[in-house]
Amino acid sequence: MRIAIASGKGGTGKSTVAANLAWALSRSRDVTLVDCDVEEPNLHLFFPAPATDVPVTTPNPEIDAARCTLCGECGKFCRFGALAVVKDCVLTFPHLCHSCGGCTLVCPHGAIREVPRTIGRVSCSRPLSRLVLISGVLNEGEVQAPAVIRAAKVLAEGHPLTLYDASPGTSCPVIETIAGSDACILVTESTPFGLHDLSLAAEVAEKLGTPAGVVINRSNGQDEATVAFCREHGLPVLMTIPFSREIAAVQNRGGLISRDLPGWEERFAGLFRAIPGVSP
Amino acid sequence: MIICITARASGMDAPVEQRFARAPYFVFVDTESGKSESIENPLISAAGGAGPRAVQLLSQAGATVLITRQVGGNAARALAAGGIKAYAYRGSGSVADALAEYTARNLQPIPLS
Repeated sequence: MRIAIASGKGGTGKSTVAANLAWALSRSRDVTLVDCDVEEPNLHLFFPAPATDVPVTTPNPEIDAARCTLCGECGKFCRFGALAVVKDCVLTFPHLCHSCGGCTLVCPHGAIREVPRTIGRVSCSRPLSRLVLISGVLNEGEVQAPAVIRAAKVLAEGHPLTLYDASPGTSCPVIETIAGSDACILVTESTPFGLHDLSLAAEVAEKLGTPAGVVINRSNGQDEATVAFCREHGLPVLMTIPFSREIAAVQNRGGLISRDLPGWEERFAGLFRAIPGVSP
Repeated sequence: MIICITARASGMDAPVEQRFARAPYFVFVDTESGKSESIENPLISAAGGAGPRAVQLLSQAGATVLITRQVGGNAARALAAGGIKAYAYRGSGSVADALAEYTARNLQPIPLS
């Protein structure tokens, strides 16, 4: 069972839901939590533990100057500007490369080969006896978040229950995270911005054919618009977390409400059972 | 010698654009014939890597001098490798004005490293 946690809008509480759900489930079963927000992973803050790092590499072009005739085909082809043929040399800009391999195919002289370059790492730890944490970390200045997400997901393969914490937004990293999941939890907040981005995230889940449900976080009790949207789109509201100073205080010191506040372990266990397609 | 000037529209009377690779137009001036040619920049809304790709475009056009206001890091590296010198025009005049300032040796070179 693989469950993605996404939101559209940033700061709605994806990591809060992922960390608390993982903690509550790890009380009774083996859980693997994958931090797919590789540009700013933060789940390790809830689960500090010694980690083992595995580097993530992507293929980048290397020019064989002896074979290159400066014909310019590679530079014309690359839409990311990762190769530029100027005057008497081919320049490469590895951090602009998306590793599509197209340059090696269009080069008529076989002068380009691909060499691996490290763009990030996957950090693995076991903070609790029944919880494995796998965090993707993209190096600063790099663009290939999906490659690090893929590596993190590969390392989690074969585990019986996996939770993927997505990045905000609805672009490539989020699609990479949700794709292949059995279900998706969309975390929103009762603001117009939260609802707007929920609608975008719901559309992504629908396009990917992933059944989804909604968690309303920081609810002020006036969630009519969100609830109406969910009803219209056939999205079950799985859980509502109130806007409460007590919850914020636990969160702000890096605590887990499922562990530190009475009643929340059961509520997160209930959230799991309510996810579409889950058979506990 | 072919000089490229970044511009907001086509022609010698167009205002100079301060950005390099995101300039709407490149105006190429051949100093020997005095002729000019304006090219619409195909990279204006490119997702990324506009700098190196714009330098490639200049290189293919045979330009050896660029007049603009500022260039990014990737573009600077490509300009240096391509032997294209860049000069900063800080005024608000036309392409013709910028060219006159260059000819009068009033423009400062943009450091490319």
